[in-house]
Amino acid sequence: MIDALIQGVLLGGYYALIAAGLSFMFSVMKVINLAHGSLAVFAAFMLFTLGDRFGLSPFLGLLIVLPLMAVVGWLLQKLMLERANRAGTLVPILATFGLSIVIDNLLFQQFGANTRSLAPYIGSLSYDSWQITDEISVGKVAVLTFVTAVVVLGLLQLFLSFTPLGRAVRATAEDGDTAGLVGIDARKINAVATAIAIVTVGLAGAALGLRATFDAYAGGAQLLFAFEAAVIGGAGSVWGTLFGGIALALGQSLGAQIAPQGFLIGGHVVFFVVLFARLFLPGSTFRARLAAALRRPAA
Amino acid sequence: MSLSEAIAVERWTPASRTAVGVVVLLAIALAFGPSFLGAGATDRLTALFIYIILAAMWNALAGFGGLVSVGQQAFFGLGAYFAIRLADAGLDPFVSLAVAAVLVGVVALPLSFLMLRLGGGEFAIGMWVVAELAHLLVNLDTLVRGETGTSLISLNVYDTVTRRNTIYWLALGAMLALLGVLFVLLRSRTGAAIQAIRDNESAAASVGVHVLGTKRGLFVLAALGAGMAGALWLATSVTFQPKSFFSVQWTAYMIFMVLVGGIGTFEGAIIGAVIFFLVETWFGSAGVWYLVGLGAAAVLFSLLLPKGLWGAVESRWSLRLLPVGYRLKLPSLKAGE
Repeated sequence: MIDALIQGVLLGGYYALIAAGLSFMFSVMKVINLAHGSLAVFAAFMLFTLGDRFGLSPFLGLLIVLPLMAVVGWLLQKLMLERANRAGTLVPILATFGLSIVIDNLLFQQFGANTRSLAPYIGSLSYDSWQITDEISVGKVAVLTFVTAVVVLGLLQLFLSFTPLGRAVRATAEDGDTAGLVGIDARKINAVATAIAIVTVGLAGAALGLRATFDAYAGGAQLLFAFEAAVIGGAGSVWGTLFGGIALALGQSLGAQIAPQGFLIGGHVVFFVVLFARLFLPGSTFRARLAAALRRPAA
Repeated sequence: MSLSEAIAVERWTPASRTAVGVVVLLAIALAFGPSFLGAGATDRLTALFIYIILAAMWNALAGFGGLVSVGQQAFFGLGAYFAIRLADAGLDPFVSLAVAAVLVGVVALPLSFLMLRLGGGEFAIGMWVVAELAHLLVNLDTLVRGETGTSLISLNVYDTVTRRNTIYWLALGAMLALLGVLFVLLRSRTGAAIQAIRDNESAAASVGVHVLGTKRGLFVLAALGAGMAGALWLATSVTFQPKSFFSVQWTAYMIFMVLVGGIGTFEGAIIGAVIFFLVETWFGSAGVWYLVGLGAAAVLFSLLLPKGLWGAVESRWSLRLLPVGYRLKLPSLKAGE
């Protein structure tokens, strides 16, 4: 039981990591990127290719893939989201959904139907673990993922609260035109923010490939995990995302305890319970105040 | 004569009267389809009717209700599943198809209370979660045997010709009925409310439109329509594999059809479905590249031609064939008036 809880919390770290970018883009830029999961899988395939062709460890591969993801994010904003946002609230959803279909099928075209993993390229680390007690051990990859999630979420929070760029990002999100009056280039700021978000997606892709297998069509499921974690945690709050990821993973573990097919069902049930609870918890009360408190910069 | 007396509200144009006449004649001709069409053509037309249902219903939800869902495959799959269940319980398979669609509408009603609370993007992905959960729950049913699936076996009591023709007529009838309901609904007082919501939700609410209730009606109608399409698709393909019925690909098809044809226009969805049908017929064998093309087309249309082909035609030539809106005809103002 304790073991299941610990494994659940660690798995929650992965969900929080992949939710970080989605939640960041949603809260800061008011955009839900439906290609989010597909981009994570894209990053995982890039790392796989670097390992497969050049024998590069995924950790070194990230030095190439993360800058690449930053460029992808920049282009995503410049070529698609900027125009889509101007056309209304529905257009970004449609455009990014179309993009996810393009990415998924191009990956399928390139890599076929085989499932892949990054585990072969990290030696014994993929199955190494730390023994806590006689019965309980934790996988090193799982702990690494969890720590990465906490660091990424913490850095995003610090970035938004304390850096000039972070303040510009928040100002642009609040009111792009007024931010423009005080000399903030909203288009550039949004491109930088998207680039940052997509870099975190690259990290999530690496975590996906290290802890499990993936295939060309795995993006949809990753998007749903990210989305569920973000909604459960209360979209927009950084630490809420970590909590949401853990709650999602614990729901899945609980579901799996009840029935073998219950893993995914358990996670979805947690999501719908939270949605149902929201019916009776209007956004103006406790939750919003909590979110505001969490978001408020310390200064 | 004051200006306000000279302003007339136009709801029909000569072109649209002709168009409705042509549609009625076409529907009558299609009703006799099986008597002059070959088996292959009958099957293909049945598929086209199902595509038109899917496009029109997704357009009703997104184009008129402002609710973009990427989870309509939930209702498509449930329609097929309910038909399997009802037929297994002894109901005539053809009757099961229609009852299944109604059941999907019944399921959608309580669901709407939960989902319509979500805004834009949250609603879109939330519906996808609904589809995934529906898929997983259907897989638990021992009748379905997991991903192996099952068949609508009871259809076998009918011979091939009866089966093909009956499904054709059912699909044609369902398409005409759903399009008819939508057309009348959009031209009614509710339709004015629906289009007000489409254009500006807060403004609509401010003039007394019951936004949530209207959206709920569209949500249930769109679910029922998608359920009908799923049940009909089951009848044409006979086997029910949960994976293919609950696939997000169905929503991709719907989005492609509506975006290309013209989101938020009645004619656009139908035209989009016909285009999708032709594209599938010509390029469907291209497999993965065909899907890449569909996705790319959705991206390009949403960014560059957001009103689709029909929207472009409409604004270029001011043409309305199946008008659901109101247009003011202003008298030409003369100098000195």
